[in-house]
Amino acid sequence: MYVPARACMVTITKCPLFLGLVGASVSQKLLGNASINYQTARSLIHLYRKDPSNWITYQQLHFLKRQYVTKGSSELHQRAVPKQTPAIPVLDERDDSVVQRVQHVQAIYPPHPADIMPQPDDVTSEEVVLPVISNALPSAERTLLKKGSERETSNETPHLHVETDEAREARLDRQWKELKVDVSELPGVYARLAKSRLTALVVVTAAAGFAMAPVPFDPGMFALACLGTGLASCSANSINQYFEVPFDSNMNRTKNRPLVRGQISPLHAVSFALACGVPGVALLTLAVNPLTGFLGALNIFLYTCCYTPLKRLSIVNTWVGAVVGAIPPVMGWTAATGSLDPAALLMGAFLYSWQFPHFNALSWNLREDYSRGGYRMMSVTHPDMCRRVALRHSVALVGLSCLGPAAGLTTWTFPLVSLPINLYISYLALRFYHRADRGSARKLFFCSLWHLPMLLLLALTCKKPAKEQSGADLPSANPVPS
Amino acid sequence: MVVVCPIYRPEQIGPWCRSSVIRVRGRGCRLGWHVAIGHQAKDCVRSSAFQPAPDSTHDWIGPPNRLSNIRPITYHVPAQESALEERLRRLRQQTEVWNHEFWAYQNVAFNKLLLDLFSVLLLALFTGRKHTLGSEEMALFYKSFLDTNRTRHANYNKEWYRRNFRITLLMGRVALTNAWKTVTNRTPSSSPS
Repeated sequence: MYVPARACMVTITKCPLFLGLVGASVSQKLLGNASINYQTARSLIHLYRKDPSNWITYQQLHFLKRQYVTKGSSELHQRAVPKQTPAIPVLDERDDSVVQRVQHVQAIYPPHPADIMPQPDDVTSEEVVLPVISNALPSAERTLLKKGSERETSNETPHLHVETDEAREARLDRQWKELKVDVSELPGVYARLAKSRLTALVVVTAAAGFAMAPVPFDPGMFALACLGTGLASCSANSINQYFEVPFDSNMNRTKNRPLVRGQISPLHAVSFALACGVPGVALLTLAVNPLTGFLGALNIFLYTCCYTPLKRLSIVNTWVGAVVGAIPPVMGWTAATGSLDPAALLMGAFLYSWQFPHFNALSWNLREDYSRGGYRMMSVTHPDMCRRVALRHSVALVGLSCLGPAAGLTTWTFPLVSLPINLYISYLALRFYHRADRGSARKLFFCSLWHLPMLLLLALTCKKPAKEQSGADLPSANPVPS
Repeated sequence: MVVVCPIYRPEQIGPWCRSSVIRVRGRGCRLGWHVAIGHQAKDCVRSSAFQPAPDSTHDWIGPPNRLSNIRPITYHVPAQESALEERLRRLRQQTEVWNHEFWAYQNVAFNKLLLDLFSVLLLALFTGRKHTLGSEEMALFYKSFLDTNRTRHANYNKEWYRRNFRITLLMGRVALTNAWKTVTNRTPSSSPS
């Protein structure tokens, strides 16, 4: 039965004698928690009715989330029995005092095993779907919030941190930085701009493709291919960051990128990208072979001009991104052999299929940020399809492994030795499909991180020996550079 | 500057909440809400009146804005600023304000809609009708937010790419012009008179 909330609450508080009659038509939970719920709901409705210019919704939402949402199951549960918190103070008209109030309330929360303060960079600490809390908070305030959550008991007197206007001004003034390029910091800036860890993984997959090729191992060509691929990847990543500055500044995961922080200018970033991309592609084309150079250029184009804009237009971006991830091992193969074989395409197919459980699991925990940032990802718009596709491609990895011997990539042992890890990732994908919660998404993501190197290593150990090498033993287990 | 407003209808956030949206007095007019959000979005990017030291010759970048997360930049105006440099500076300043307005509106609107969802949740709690909010319902909310703002986002993307390219090209031109000036100014002094 729909009972207008305000009427219900007013009735309860004003007419205790009437409580019995009202109680008959109101649920038992409501009776038990009436006064506390009343306070909370009243302030909520007060919030709602306030002038929009006072909605500092990050902090308020965070507060509400802490009040009403628990961890521990696959769904967002409302708390039927609220914690013993005092009545929420009526929120002040001034925007900044809201921040202070939130800090105050945080400090006196009683400890609850399920309520862990979400660290801004750890998206996996809660089941709660709610976003974005301290996104807008300067780091000082965030630290204060964190400290508040570490307090043990509600019996202490709450620590009131009231910041004067002057102190706040001073704090904000200290956060202004001169836009001067610090040469000593440049290597670090370039590493972050080029997404060095991602580039390293891309180079590893290209190296695996090179090593799997059934030709004598040429260290010189190997080094050139890895270098060229690495440079192309740096260039693509830099252009991607150059395009996405305002979007990155609004997402927790990416708000500390160099261009967002202004450590280098956009022109500098583009120059760096050109300085990496042009020599990289030239190296691949001239020193390795034109096919590899073409694939490198194609990959840069696909990543910067197709994937990056598509991220905001359609969910097709995930499939384009999977192709982008599949090309490096093919590049490695063509660098070694100079031709595109079915086995090369199979290596690419491994990476293509792997991208889906990897990315879908990652994006599951970032739905709020993606939605607010305007990114169209499967996890945001088609969550069912997101999990289904991740499961489908995890299972496809098993099938692709069986194709290894058929395509001449590996011996018949490969499908057998890779079966355990493929089954494990499929099991995690199945769990993710059924549970659809942050925990299973996180597990699937972390599994995908070690699954790929393991798969490549196993493929390398089961590499099909080249028959034309008479007498010479092929280095079938080349150490993969990491 | 006119802020384009999304059209938000309660039924777009899910069938289960259609009948339970709180009708708060004075908020029946959605246009009023849009205008109010727009006013808030026009709030200044700068959160403090910071002024760099007068002898500083570089630009200064500040902390991210509370609403839009855009970092304000205070530009250093050199004594002999060329027309090109002035054009670049004005374009960057204008782009910063434009970005701030878009993102402030976006973030406030998104969080306001989330707050609506919470209000509905509370109501459902009181009436005992519903106690959980699963991922599918949240996905409906996220999807509706993206769908109602689709055109707005697409227009923003196009305009952002255009501005970004223009700024970078202007920066390139300014850098080349300055380098050329440095070289040509040095040549008469380096040649023996």
